[in-house]
Amino acid sequence: MAVEVTEKLQSIVERYRGGKSSLIGVMQDISQEYGYLPEEVLKEVAGRIEVPISIFYSLATFYSSFRLEPIGKKHVCACVGTACHVRGAAKIVETLERDLQIEAGETSKDGNYTLETVNCVGACALGPLVTVNGEYYGKMDQKKISRLVKSLRQEISENP
Amino acid sequence: MKLKPVDIQSIREKNASVSAIRSGKGAAEKTIDLLVCAGTGCVSNHSLKVKAALIAEIQKHELQDRVKVVTTGCNGFCANGPIVVVKPDDTFYQLLTPEDIPHLVEEHFVNGRPVEKLMYRPAEKQAPIPKMASIPFFSKQQLIALANRGIVDPERIDEYIALGGYQALAKVLTEMSREQVIEEIKASGLRGRGGAGFPTGKKWEFCKNARVVQEEGSEPAKYIICNADEGDPGAFMDRSIVESDPHALLEGMAIGAYAIGASHGFIYIRGEYPLALERLNQALEQARDYGLLGERILETDFSFDITVSKGAGAFVCGEETSLIGSLEGKLPEPRVRPPYPAQSGYMGKPTNINNVETWANVPHIINRGAEWFSSIGTDTSKGTKVFSLVGKVNNTGLVEVPMGITMREIVFDIGGGIPGGKNFKAVQTGGPSGGCIPESLLDTPVDYESLIQAGSIMGSGGMIVMDEDNCMVEVARYFIAFTQEESCGKCSPCREGTWHMLNVLEDITAGKGREGDIELLEKMGQQIKETALCGLGNTAPNPVLTTIRYFRDEYEAHIRDKRCPAKVCKALITYTIDPGNCTGCTACAKNCPVACISGERKQTHVINQDQCIKCGMCYSVCNFDAVRVE
Repeated sequence: MAVEVTEKLQSIVERYRGGKSSLIGVMQDISQEYGYLPEEVLKEVAGRIEVPISIFYSLATFYSSFRLEPIGKKHVCACVGTACHVRGAAKIVETLERDLQIEAGETSKDGNYTLETVNCVGACALGPLVTVNGEYYGKMDQKKISRLVKSLRQEISENP
Repeated sequence: MKLKPVDIQSIREKNASVSAIRSGKGAAEKTIDLLVCAGTGCVSNHSLKVKAALIAEIQKHELQDRVKVVTTGCNGFCANGPIVVVKPDDTFYQLLTPEDIPHLVEEHFVNGRPVEKLMYRPAEKQAPIPKMASIPFFSKQQLIALANRGIVDPERIDEYIALGGYQALAKVLTEMSREQVIEEIKASGLRGRGGAGFPTGKKWEFCKNARVVQEEGSEPAKYIICNADEGDPGAFMDRSIVESDPHALLEGMAIGAYAIGASHGFIYIRGEYPLALERLNQALEQARDYGLLGERILETDFSFDITVSKGAGAFVCGEETSLIGSLEGKLPEPRVRPPYPAQSGYMGKPTNINNVETWANVPHIINRGAEWFSSIGTDTSKGTKVFSLVGKVNNTGLVEVPMGITMREIVFDIGGGIPGGKNFKAVQTGGPSGGCIPESLLDTPVDYESLIQAGSIMGSGGMIVMDEDNCMVEVARYFIAFTQEESCGKCSPCREGTWHMLNVLEDITAGKGREGDIELLEKMGQQIKETALCGLGNTAPNPVLTTIRYFRDEYEAHIRDKRCPAKVCKALITYTIDPGNCTGCTACAKNCPVACISGERKQTHVINQDQCIKCGMCYSVCNFDAVRVE
């Protein structure tokens, strides 16, 4: 993939050079723009701001909010915070893994689904809870999850 | 428009009706405010659709001059959202759907008949409690940090000022010296609400007195930071304050910056809180417009501004030196202290860090005085504490209670006890750094020292209730798995120690526990506590050590009898079908993901144990209580 050096990318670099953002800020800006941290973009930016790419890699793999792979069309996040956990979040994750046929942290080969766990989204009254592309689905159980996955599959098949 | 100190008062007077209506004292006012909760919990439950329906119905009945719809931050009673509170009369409506609204508006605001079926009831058949203040969930709370929750529109600075906001900032800038501010905070007895409970005034004083060499034309000499990277899973106090009353945080920070002598501040906010971030940015802009942040605040010599920095997801950032590292764009690894941030923090400059709740208490202490604040609470723990009360409890939500209240009062009086008639087992405070407190200690008063004595910590305010269906060994494994994952890896006690503890706990929950495991866990836990570099490691063993201390019998059952008393640990349970109850409805067979349940319609079904993956699906779908877990 050739990187188009967009104006946006240039402004990300400028903000860093001007001392208005940190390296983490740069990575957040790139994630915002591309949905993840594409290797080519990181290389390009690293070159421009003269920071070794290994530093980017180290930060990207330390913090949980960065990803080095593109995200699936349906981004399914199961909350595994303590409140959800004591209400059975582990079973929700298992069901999702089984129904989506991917492990938590993976994206399906067809690029349709990404399954992740999150440590708390702070909507504990609704636990166990999952979010799909930012939308909340609260008070889940195994049956509701299976139904939710079915409806996601339906949506994907209608809009491939 | 840049304000002068006197302008604060005039904005207040201009908006006097806001405070009259919201405080419930505005009976003489002709208008009614409908306060719609728009905290994350209620928004997830579609409260914005409820709001749209309210606006539409009010217009339909041409009531818009008399009835106003106001969106507020988190009301606190998340379990019963979406919530609408009618002010000034304090009627509380809950669990609303857009479909309820036409009837509600017509009955209450056209016909003058409040709608009972949408009100709170303590139990199904009991009479409704119409007024918010009379509902037990609210009546035992005492609000300071959350004083404006649910009554202020977080997106309108004028409302915050109308309710007394920025008065404290004006007061310190015009009437108090920096020393006086610090003395006031010291005298109030306020301690850090982020976990460790260090006296706030003292912390400020260290930073104020730290000497710096200020080079000409160089960056600011001192910094303050607000830690809003609420990392505890199951805790959402700080998010709620930022969402419902962002100006309280900004005002508290500005006061602190004045006292310390800092000209720049940072708010490090958790990335998973988009709504809080949005409201915060909006509040910052409004405050700058009014000259309450920026150059020459309120036309005094004091200048101060704030930068918001979004966290990238690392629990260890709760540790102050890690957070500073992250702000500097580095890996958030803790540093050896001393030097403390008060001497050498952000960019090597003296830095003071407090969390959201601590900052939010500050304006109230200035307004009402140290004496008032220190009259609340216990000898060593003053004021109130916000808790997110979650887990197996009826009234999930956010509560603010005076220090010294007992756990029992929080869980049973405010929280309404355990759902489904189950028995209470434990309450966990302090998140992954805290411990599990058993029923025998429920009368423990909530203060920093008593909680430490019980093996837990105050922490930032997560309070997770567990019932008889929770396995304490599994809960300990959960927390250690969390800290193991979040350990930054810098020091070996935490990196290796938590990993070994996790291995032992995984073995125990998998039925492979050995004699001596409990003692091994205790020994490792103690060593990690004593030798880890930072607070994360120092406290990581707490959930394990407290569950061993109070629930040793559960550990023994797993290890010796290969039995999980709560029937949670998969390796130690089997699912069977009770022929006496099975009606042959086929629900279990249809839903079994591995098709290991056989049986004809209207005949008893049987689970093939060799194929069963113990997912529990059959148990959850059976309507006849025929699936047994042993």
